[in-house]
Amino acid sequence: MSALLEVRNLQVRVEEREILHGLSLTVNKGEVHAIMGPNGSGKSTLSHVIAGKPGYEVTGGEILFKGEDLLEMSPDERAAKGVFLAFQYPVEIPGVATMTFLRTALNAQRKARGESEYSTPDFLKKVRAVAASLNIPQEMLRRGVNVGFSGGEKKRNEVLQMALFEPSLCILDEMDSGLDIDALRIAADGVNALRSSERAMVVITHYQRLLNYIVPDFVHVMSKGRVVKSGGKELALELEESGYAQFEDQAA
Amino acid sequence: MNLALVKPTMDGAASDVFAIARDRLPGKGPVAEVRQAAFEDFAQKGLPHRRVEEWKYTDLRVLLREVAPLAAPPDQAVLDRAKKTLASLDVNGAHRLVLVDGAFAPQLSDTTSEAGVAVQTLRAMLENADVAARADLLRTNVASDAMISLNSAMATDGAVIDVTENAAPGKPIHIVHVATQSKAAAFTRSLVKVANGARVTLIESFVGADGAAGYQAHDSVVLWAGDGADVQHIRLVEDARDAANIATAIVTLGERTQYRAFNLTSGGAVCRYQAFLRFGGQNAHADVNGVSLLNGRQHADNTLVLDHAVPNCTSNEVFRAVVDDQAHSVFQGRINVHPDAQKTDARMMTRALLLSDEAEADNKPELEIFADDVQCGHGATTGALDDSLLFYLRARGLPEKEAQALLIQAFVGEAMESIADETLRDVAIATAERWLAARG
Repeated sequence: MSALLEVRNLQVRVEEREILHGLSLTVNKGEVHAIMGPNGSGKSTLSHVIAGKPGYEVTGGEILFKGEDLLEMSPDERAAKGVFLAFQYPVEIPGVATMTFLRTALNAQRKARGESEYSTPDFLKKVRAVAASLNIPQEMLRRGVNVGFSGGEKKRNEVLQMALFEPSLCILDEMDSGLDIDALRIAADGVNALRSSERAMVVITHYQRLLNYIVPDFVHVMSKGRVVKSGGKELALELEESGYAQFEDQAA
Repeated sequence: MNLALVKPTMDGAASDVFAIARDRLPGKGPVAEVRQAAFEDFAQKGLPHRRVEEWKYTDLRVLLREVAPLAAPPDQAVLDRAKKTLASLDVNGAHRLVLVDGAFAPQLSDTTSEAGVAVQTLRAMLENADVAARADLLRTNVASDAMISLNSAMATDGAVIDVTENAAPGKPIHIVHVATQSKAAAFTRSLVKVANGARVTLIESFVGADGAAGYQAHDSVVLWAGDGADVQHIRLVEDARDAANIATAIVTLGERTQYRAFNLTSGGAVCRYQAFLRFGGQNAHADVNGVSLLNGRQHADNTLVLDHAVPNCTSNEVFRAVVDDQAHSVFQGRINVHPDAQKTDARMMTRALLLSDEAEADNKPELEIFADDVQCGHGATTGALDDSLLFYLRARGLPEKEAQALLIQAFVGEAMESIADETLRDVAIATAERWLAARG
């Protein structure tokens, strides 16, 4: 069985600077991988390149998703295929009601997959159920996307979308940034509820703290655009003790 | 007529337009004198060009080149074509008054009488009204402007509407301008008097019949809204893509009057809407909003002049332009706060969204404030769609065009929300959706 996500020797430039220098990562269905590393190690770049954000130039290597060349697909095609990036900083979209956005996005994905669009009552039922489990009031869904949302509400809105779109690969980019412990717990509970043998997660984080809530199967340490060490969940605790400095020497 | 008054910059064709048409223009005696004086004013000025400050961005000598000859009076075949066009209008259930090529068409209009609303035609008034009143129909109280003068000289017809005191007609009044003749011009003027305490919705639509190309619609509306009146004024400019629409609104508000205007321009090659609004009584409020949806080589100009002449009035202007291809949007907003107009609160916000590298938007706010206890604010922005928003939507599965469409709808939505009547708001939204769908 082929891996869900296969990143091979990925090299990426932004403008004239190479950010990723040959990164490899294999993620199978059902696994939760944590990617840790200091600021500037290329963690977010990796998540952006997988999701298809413009502005990154892939100069070498490849990314296969379900055996297909991901880099050939537009961001919306990737989403329809099952890639979901939970943004570190979800954007505010004034004038686009959250409900409208959710329905448009879900139906666009279903249409791209050749599935029938959701009927309005089915859709509403589904959204309400998920929103309730995430403590998201109905009133929030009527507002513009993320407009006036607190940091925690924005992240919960990301988890809501994750639950609704049912992707096979979730990439959580610094989900803990800007969250207090209570907000973090609600968001993490939402994520844990979505763990399944059919779905993989890549959790990108600077701190070990998040991994107390979302316990990974594998931990990778990134430094200067490469994975410099991989291990089990205990690696995260080790890092908490010793810091990233040792790896920076290693990568250099 | 005195041809010596025609400036050499005019090619002579404009003066011919009046000379040839004058026998067909309704009203003799004092009316003809007003026309003659108005035309002389136009002839002296010529078509506005870029060195005329108010027309800086809309040089009609380049964009229009010349005034087209007066359209022929509609015959039965023309009326049949116009009728077909009416069937495609989005606005239904209104009290419809139809002007075809500048002539009132009773056959196509709603002639049932409605309580509180009296409708006459400008032509009949010019020919039959009391001598003293006739000439006033073609006079205006705003500073001389070449295109208003041309309109005064050439106006053939229009709707003269009186809404009586405290009346609240159940249906909106809908003036529909249909152009059927190519390369011809229609000149219309409508006068709307809304008496104290009355409540009315006025809609104006500009459309071209199938096959009508390169025509010109020259229109003006003079609107008085009395004390405590509540007037909603919607304009829908959906002219043929190679047509010109040059229109003026002259609006005077009384005490406690509520005036809410919305101008939607999606058609026409060259459009100019100039509105002169004067607060004549205290505690009145005006919302003057609009949206332009432009592509190809369309040029649309919204020029607003608000005169806060008395204290305690408020105004809010919200304009949005979506500009694609090589289109050009112009917004000029002038707010004059007179020396006594204390406690004026005037706001103006205009934003343009450029969808191509060759699209152009010019925003010119002008505030002239002579009172010291006022609040005036203005803002103007021009930019492209936000890449980070687009990426977010695409990462959620929306294809590029759909993501753009959603953001464009949100962009114009703020201005459209101001349309109080839900049915009319839906008409505006449907127009925007059609425009977006046509982008493909």
